[in-house]
Amino acid sequence: MSKPIVATTSLAGCFGCHMSLLDIDERILELIELVEFNKSPVDDIKVFTKQCDIGLIEGGCCNSENVHVLKEFRKNCKILVSLGECAIMGGLPALRNGIPVKECLQEAYLDGPTVIENSGKILPNDDELPMILDKVYPCHEIVKIDYYLPGCAPRADLIWNALIALVTGDELKLPYEVVKFD
Amino acid sequence: MAEKIKFTIDGKECYAEQGQTILAAALDNGVYIPSLCYLKDLIPAGSCRICNVKVSGRFMTACTTPVNDGMEVENNTPELEELRKSIVEMLFVSGNHFCPACEKSGNCELQALAYKYQMMVPRFPYIFPEKEVDPSSPKLFIERNRCILCKRCIRSIKDESGKSLFAFKKRGNKLMINLDHELAATMTDEMAEEAMEICPVGSILRKEKGFDQPIGHRKFDKQAIGSDIKSVI
Amino acid sequence: MRNAVQNILKKFGNDRGRLMDILKGVQSELGFVNEEAKKLIAEGLDMSYVDVEQTLSFYHFFTDSSRGKYTVYLNNSAVAEMMGRSDVAAAFEREAGCKFGSVTEDGLIGLYDTSCIGMNDQEPAAIINGKVFTNLTSYDVKDLVAAMRSGKVVSDLITKYGDGKNSDGLIKAMVANNIRKSGDVLLTSHKAGEGMVKALDMEPAEVVDIVKASYLRGRGGAGFPTGLKWDFCRKSNGEVNFVLCNCDEGEPGTFKERILLTEYPELVFEGMIIAGYAIEAQEGILYLREEYEYMLAYLEAVLKGMRENNLLGENILGKGFNYDIRIQLGAGAYVCGEESALIESCEGKRGEPRNRPPFPVQKGYMQQPSVVNNAETLASVVKILKNGADWYTMRGSRESTGTKLLSVSGDCKYPGVYEIEWGIRVRDILDMAGADDVQAVQVGGPSGECIGPKEFKRTICFEDLPTGGSIIIIGNKRNLIKDVVLNFIDFFIEESCGSCAPCRTLPPIMKNRLEKILNGHGVMQDVKDLEQWGAKMKMANRCGLGQTAANPILSTIRNFREKYEELIRKDVDFDSGFDLAAAVADSCEYVGRKPNL
Repeated sequence: MSKPIVATTSLAGCFGCHMSLLDIDERILELIELVEFNKSPVDDIKVFTKQCDIGLIEGGCCNSENVHVLKEFRKNCKILVSLGECAIMGGLPALRNGIPVKECLQEAYLDGPTVIENSGKILPNDDELPMILDKVYPCHEIVKIDYYLPGCAPRADLIWNALIALVTGDELKLPYEVVKFD
Repeated sequence: MAEKIKFTIDGKECYAEQGQTILAAALDNGVYIPSLCYLKDLIPAGSCRICNVKVSGRFMTACTTPVNDGMEVENNTPELEELRKSIVEMLFVSGNHFCPACEKSGNCELQALAYKYQMMVPRFPYIFPEKEVDPSSPKLFIERNRCILCKRCIRSIKDESGKSLFAFKKRGNKLMINLDHELAATMTDEMAEEAMEICPVGSILRKEKGFDQPIGHRKFDKQAIGSDIKSVI
Repeated sequence: MRNAVQNILKKFGNDRGRLMDILKGVQSELGFVNEEAKKLIAEGLDMSYVDVEQTLSFYHFFTDSSRGKYTVYLNNSAVAEMMGRSDVAAAFEREAGCKFGSVTEDGLIGLYDTSCIGMNDQEPAAIINGKVFTNLTSYDVKDLVAAMRSGKVVSDLITKYGDGKNSDGLIKAMVANNIRKSGDVLLTSHKAGEGMVKALDMEPAEVVDIVKASYLRGRGGAGFPTGLKWDFCRKSNGEVNFVLCNCDEGEPGTFKERILLTEYPELVFEGMIIAGYAIEAQEGILYLREEYEYMLAYLEAVLKGMRENNLLGENILGKGFNYDIRIQLGAGAYVCGEESALIESCEGKRGEPRNRPPFPVQKGYMQQPSVVNNAETLASVVKILKNGADWYTMRGSRESTGTKLLSVSGDCKYPGVYEIEWGIRVRDILDMAGADDVQAVQVGGPSGECIGPKEFKRTICFEDLPTGGSIIIIGNKRNLIKDVVLNFIDFFIEESCGSCAPCRTLPPIMKNRLEKILNGHGVMQDVKDLEQWGAKMKMANRCGLGQTAANPILSTIRNFREKYEELIRKDVDFDSGFDLAAAVADSCEYVGRKPNL
């Protein structure tokens, strides 16, 4: 029997959730026995090369590229999991929600204290660049998400328990200590 | 001593003082009824609606309803627990509750209830409302993004002459908490500390205070809210 | 300013309980209650600034900044929209040169939306500086704005007065009564004192017994037996009892109290006197919604006349009964029609419904036993006392005795007030009102039930379709969900007091979901979500407003399910409704690039 295939990505996230995945420590050896990774920063596969069983999404959507990748994941994965606060509710990037995107761009590129030199008042507008969304969207407000693993980052044990449950079909174990939002 | 009244919660026989509310009596009997706006010794507000119980087929808030003799209270039922969970979820989407950045995380009662109900994601869409933060008083920050409008501060923080330091402003989904700047300027450190303590979430914060409790040592890191309730009767 | 505010404070005895009147007084004087005035009031009443602000900011018609020398409050109820409100609103914006929710740059004209003002039978209608303007057209608006620009007094803009007392020197309103059908209980001749003389000759408890025997039930909508309420109040231990007459009629589509107060105020006041005698009170308060302020001077004059005739005051009619009535003006809050919120408002607070128990009959106004009755209930009491309980019970149905005032509006030839006997079929109302081509009837206002033709055989009474009196007829040409349901949800969003989490949170979320369905992105799950969320509103909220705020959605899903099913997508079971083009539009425009979708 072939192994279940896992894909992962970080959208508007900080890779903290991926770090937490690595925090399963020596169980990572067990994990690679259990599953095969496809598109993921873990193995640096950039594009989907086959249909996957499980997609882990870190980060919410703050630009058109995030939306595109998320939709690709939805197309290529049977099960999508929102991993961490940013994927679930926008997280830190979503602190800009409520502030008009124009004001955010103005602060970032024209008037903010970290703008050292932009005498030409240039705003990034190259066609190659992703377009900024009006707010940061939780993933499930763009595509259907099947499961959610909260935390910032989700505890390694939560990710492990969830992967095991998804792969084996056993019930997910949720001891009190593993579901935390920070 | 006045005669105790007999009543039941989910079939368990309980006793209450005359005039005692269902919630207060439940606590004395070692039964936990989840709540957010309730605080011992404060006039109950009945505003968070989480302590809804069912008596004779009717929903009522346990914190405001006095016990009657022979009352049969439903508390821990799937219907009520589902309702409570949804109210917690509502509170999450109606504010901007970004737990990882919150000083109260781990000690927050709203978060603790979400843990209790294993809320992985609120089932309501996020609103991302615009809320104004008020940092203008000398001792307190008012972080309205996290406020759940439970009125604990309104009910408990008064000056010597009994004037309220906190009040509501506006109504409906624009309702917000408002701190009296003139009175806030006269606040003692103890009052400011108390205001922060009684806030169930991270909406009232002391200025110039470090939040140094490490993860793992906070109130609800290992112990679920309500799990410490024991009978005192 | 200091003097003006202090005089007003003095007039009301520096009494915190009269904060509503104080704020109203200051606003009448200054046009607003700004920071300085709030400080002075707080000082004068020895309360905190934020507590003054708490009351002030709760009410729609109170403001802390200028809303213009001329302030236009244009009703935005569903029926106003049906009758062409949007054209009138556009005309106001065009002529005045500012958007709704703002004031013109020169500070002359302010334009604001407002919930139903009790003129559904003559919409579009607006209140301008306290005066009501009805049947507005964009043509009228042009003249009105021109007159404002030339500095005319608002009362001079009214060219034609309405019928009946509307043309009385103290009212002078262009409002039409539109009394379409009179019964023999309420909308019929009344000789001042004819009910109360009978009452005052009896023991108070006997009066209660007669009201009990009449099976009169509360006319505000809930239908609680009036005699029983009075009895509870009498049996409560208090120092002093109060009568409160509810004239807040904020339920969109209700305007019968407008008729009662314009044409039969003595009847209402007399009912309050009888209630006062029955529960042994000394003071009655009539809570008048601010929208009806145009009648205030007239009502005060009626009270004065009643005092002069010894129907009020000391030793009434020589029977040793002392009792007087004051009028408490509201300031724009539907929820104050809920009896305990009304009490809070009378005490100068934000109109937030109280927790029950204790009930108002136990601890009401000033924490004393209080009876809160609808104006129509109290008016009915007078005739019950005059003619006896048996006379009364011959009218109506088994569980709903007597007559009822219906406020009929919407798509019909004869909108107005009908006094009918309980038990009338909806179809018969439609016939009387000249309504054909009817898609739906909203019975009992937005918080009531929306029914379709199959149910027009149902009857108006507590046993079947209870109502506080609002009957809104919705013709086939309307888009039921867009034109009616959405408008009603907006109403509840605007009018929630905000205290209960579900009531302040869910209606906006439900509205978004409804819009998603209307935009073609709805799926079956959305309809299910709406049903489940609505059920939670019913379970979890404290007051009737919150418990029924989802009814516009719930009752249309129940009775017009096919209209929802027509709108939702059948090809998929998930649609987030996310629109990339819309989401990137702003940022692309700002940085100057063409969206590359």
